Amino acid sequence: MEGRMNTASPAAVPCTPQTFKSDTKPIWCPGCGDYSVLSSLTKALAMLDLRPENVVVVSGIGCSSRIPAYTTCYGFHGVHGRALPAATGLKVARPDLTVVAAGGDGDGYSIGGNHFLHACRRNVDLTYIVMDNHVYGMTKGQPSPTTEPDWDSKLAPGGTRMRTFHPMVIALAAGANFVARAFSGDPNGTAKIIADAIRNPGFSFVEILSPCVTLRPEQREWKTQVHAAPVGTTDDPARAARRIMTDDGFNIGVLYAGTRPPYHAVVGVGTRRVDDLETEFAL
Amino acid sequence: MKAQKTRKPSARDEETEFLTRAWAMEVEAVERYSTLADTMEEHNNPEVAELFRKLARIEQLHADGLEEHNRSLRPQEALAAGKALWETSTGPETADPAELHYRMQPYHALQIALAGEQRAHQFFVKAARAAKSAHLRKTALEMAAEEAEHVQLIEDWISRTPKPDANWAYDPDPPGSGD
Amino acid sequence: MTVPSESARTTGPSDISIALTGSGGAGVMTAGNLLLEAAARAGWYGLMVRSSGPQIRGGEAAALLRIATHPVECLSDRFDVLIGVDWQNVHRFAQEIPVDTASLLVGDPDQGEPPEVFVKRGAQLAQVPFKKTAKAIPGSWPNMIMLGVAASLAGLPAEAVEQVVRKANKGSGDALAANLAAVTAGFTAARNLSFAGSLGGARRTEHPRWLITGNQAAGYGALRGGVRFVAAYPITPATEVLEWLAPMLTEIGGALVQAEDELASINMIIGASFGGVPSLTATAGPGLSLMTEAIGLAVSAEVPVVILDVMRGGPSTGIPAKGEQSDLNIALNGLHGDAPHVVVAPNSIADCLSTTQWAVHLAEQLQVPAIVLSDQFLGQTRSVIDRPADVQFMGARSVLEAGVQGYNRYALTESGVSPMAIPGTPDAAYTADGLEHNERGVPSSQSTDHSAQLDKRQRKLLGFEFGSHWAEIEGDGDADIAILTFGSCTGPAREALSRLTAQGIRARLISLRLLAPAQPERLAAALAGAKRVLVVEQNHSGQFLRHLRADSDLPGEVRSLRHPGPLPIRAAEICREITEWKAA
Repeated sequence: MEGRMNTASPAAVPCTPQTFKSDTKPIWCPGCGDYSVLSSLTKALAMLDLRPENVVVVSGIGCSSRIPAYTTCYGFHGVHGRALPAATGLKVARPDLTVVAAGGDGDGYSIGGNHFLHACRRNVDLTYIVMDNHVYGMTKGQPSPTTEPDWDSKLAPGGTRMRTFHPMVIALAAGANFVARAFSGDPNGTAKIIADAIRNPGFSFVEILSPCVTLRPEQREWKTQVHAAPVGTTDDPARAARRIMTDDGFNIGVLYAGTRPPYHAVVGVGTRRVDDLETEFAL
Repeated sequence: MKAQKTRKPSARDEETEFLTRAWAMEVEAVERYSTLADTMEEHNNPEVAELFRKLARIEQLHADGLEEHNRSLRPQEALAAGKALWETSTGPETADPAELHYRMQPYHALQIALAGEQRAHQFFVKAARAAKSAHLRKTALEMAAEEAEHVQLIEDWISRTPKPDANWAYDPDPPGSGD
Repeated sequence: MTVPSESARTTGPSDISIALTGSGGAGVMTAGNLLLEAAARAGWYGLMVRSSGPQIRGGEAAALLRIATHPVECLSDRFDVLIGVDWQNVHRFAQEIPVDTASLLVGDPDQGEPPEVFVKRGAQLAQVPFKKTAKAIPGSWPNMIMLGVAASLAGLPAEAVEQVVRKANKGSGDALAANLAAVTAGFTAARNLSFAGSLGGARRTEHPRWLITGNQAAGYGALRGGVRFVAAYPITPATEVLEWLAPMLTEIGGALVQAEDELASINMIIGASFGGVPSLTATAGPGLSLMTEAIGLAVSAEVPVVILDVMRGGPSTGIPAKGEQSDLNIALNGLHGDAPHVVVAPNSIADCLSTTQWAVHLAEQLQVPAIVLSDQFLGQTRSVIDRPADVQFMGARSVLEAGVQGYNRYALTESGVSPMAIPGTPDAAYTADGLEHNERGVPSSQSTDHSAQLDKRQRKLLGFEFGSHWAEIEGDGDADIAILTFGSCTGPAREALSRLTAQGIRARLISLRLLAPAQPERLAAALAGAKRVLVVEQNHSGQFLRHLRADSDLPGEVRSLRHPGPLPIRAAEICREITEWKAA
């Protein structure tokens, strides 16, 4: 399939959201929330006046992780749970690029959980969007860390009986510099949140409720349950922490936008040449 | 849309904004119907795919008509800015992708289209009510009338379209495996 | 303060092996390092191996040194001298410190008898009161006395020792004076010992030399090859690679990230390399096991990376602080699917530099992961080496300079290498994927695409001209007997070769650097005419032999000389095996 080519010179034509959408047809089920997330992402990138060649979308494995090829940006479709380290290495080595890591709740919070913790801590300037549908979609319906404890499934009959993972709590506690929740049923609102996330320096985390029409059809009710957060964004982690502890799981908006300086690898113009380093050993 | 902070919007500004929105509404609808057509094609539902393509073509005609009518518009810039033009989360005429089903029938697709046209009609009615100038009010009412025609057209179309039977969603196979 | 002058000895032994032991903060390693540095300053060569108990502090420790007037690449078969500041748990090192009737044991009379295991070998016993002597010099330490004794027995000029002690005590006037006095006292005490193994006096050498460990050499080789991004997780015995690289990378404009685990490390370097920056990680066996999934991703997505594996005793946690050559299986065959990649092995401490540099070159050129199999002996042994000759290997990735209409990232080129678009290049965006894909990079489960891409990824390696660095071939090219080995077994094999030659036994030595892809034709040519092939390796199951047999029919009779770590393969073992075989 042909990728969308931008043949105009960069300065002449501003990018529209369509510029960021490739011709590759998603394999997502009709009705999947990820279509809207894709739309929101492309809109956000256009809003920020970015160019596809300077953006890289990095993902792991899962339905949501298919997203890179559906954009005209550079893409890296890696292995399960490892989008964040790949994105981290890429951003540290190429700070000039805009790096967006993406994936689902299984990829991000289960196998990817450890990397999630440390990516929040490390606070490299990248954005992580998780399309959360409370289920393992690609492998056909196992509970994910955000699945309700009593959701019946073949691998966990009667439910996992485990407390759900609260990604926004973890993100905040681990040091993410921007923490938000969005809903795929509000593409424009989600686009704005994603744009804000990318704009915010450091590690920005956006949890996007994105229903799975095939395995969790009851999630159609989400659109009646989501609501704008009753309070605005705060830059005070303590206040954010108090708020998130009473979160009902459907508050939409930016919870926390912090000012912690992002990770800066000590990179730059070298002060020594490689050949000079042999003086470290020379007798 | 330029932020008008320092002076009151003129009638001309109001009209430009209105026409830009109307145009953007049609364009967004075109894009959405095209995406839906792609989706249904990818999921081996050619009948509905073709129907969505037809709807996309129709919306494109509407968009072209608007642009023709108002050459001074430079709507590309507004779209390029990607700015949220709507109070709601998407354009009024844009189909809700969550309403899809891979085995949906043409009847369902037309219901989606009908809802879109009805919302578009409402948009113009509200715009007419809120219009400050008489000229804008007139324009908005004209467009509302056009949308009303579209509503009628879709309703006729629906009446000619067979209703799906009770088992339209039935698929004996379980979901397939992915990556 | 006068330093006793040494009588210049220009003849005598050219090689001496000294073991220094002690525990509980005795400073054995410090003394050992100073001894090695003094030897370097005197114009000699040498190496030092560290051995210690599992405790973090206060454990029993042994510094195993070999000092010589010529370059040496391995420990000797035996030790001439064993000096113990105390004998706490030193019996644990018995197998690593072989002594015999010609050896000298020096101990502190106040620390009890040397362990039975050493005494019963018939070594000569001598005593030096380290603790008492140090106490008599306020501010000095017993290990400095030991240093003086060891240096004197080695035949080192006192000036050389004095210089290194000065350098180590820079800025601390009183401590310096005390330690110098202690060293002198050590020299004096050694006078009373009867020992004939001292080397000749100081010599000048014109050849520039380095004092370096294999881990440092590998790190430097990586930088010379173009690596500018490193992500890694600390693990024994690879951590020093990272410790050396971290400040160096900063100075030359690169970056090192300490990752949260090995899974993060390997994925980080793949991400960085996807972004166009040559990247490396360093680990050991357990880490390599964790990394295998992502290494396969690098194979499939054709992203170059270098993974340095400093091998240690396995399996599982094994023996972390001791070398072994038992990661061959996983390095060669540890990836799921058919995943051709490059595996190389440096054969000496100096070779760690050029072979790691070569690995970067190969990875970049072939857009493939390259595993470098070093080991704990090479990695952590500190050695005086001749400055290695510069090698020209430099990363040369085939990069798409400008976007083209219909760019196929994974185009089926004749060589198998297809130009890679680097993010930032307009009109060339693609999605790299672990999923099988077509030429464009779009995921595909079609048989034609899978076969075509498998062929491509194999073709790019099999069709590549690896050049002369693939192996080191030495000795008599027509000899009936061939020694076939790799890595740190090469040092002892070379010594065995020279001893055998001196005895009139002809042999050839082939040490492979390129382990994958296999080079059966070149190997067959190197072995042509051999009637007896001795395959030497440091592991239990014969991984190297099995690997060789997988791709080659080895000629004549084949024998395997192998044992696992922690003890190295020694030259004497190889000589004995060949001598017996020839006689059989």
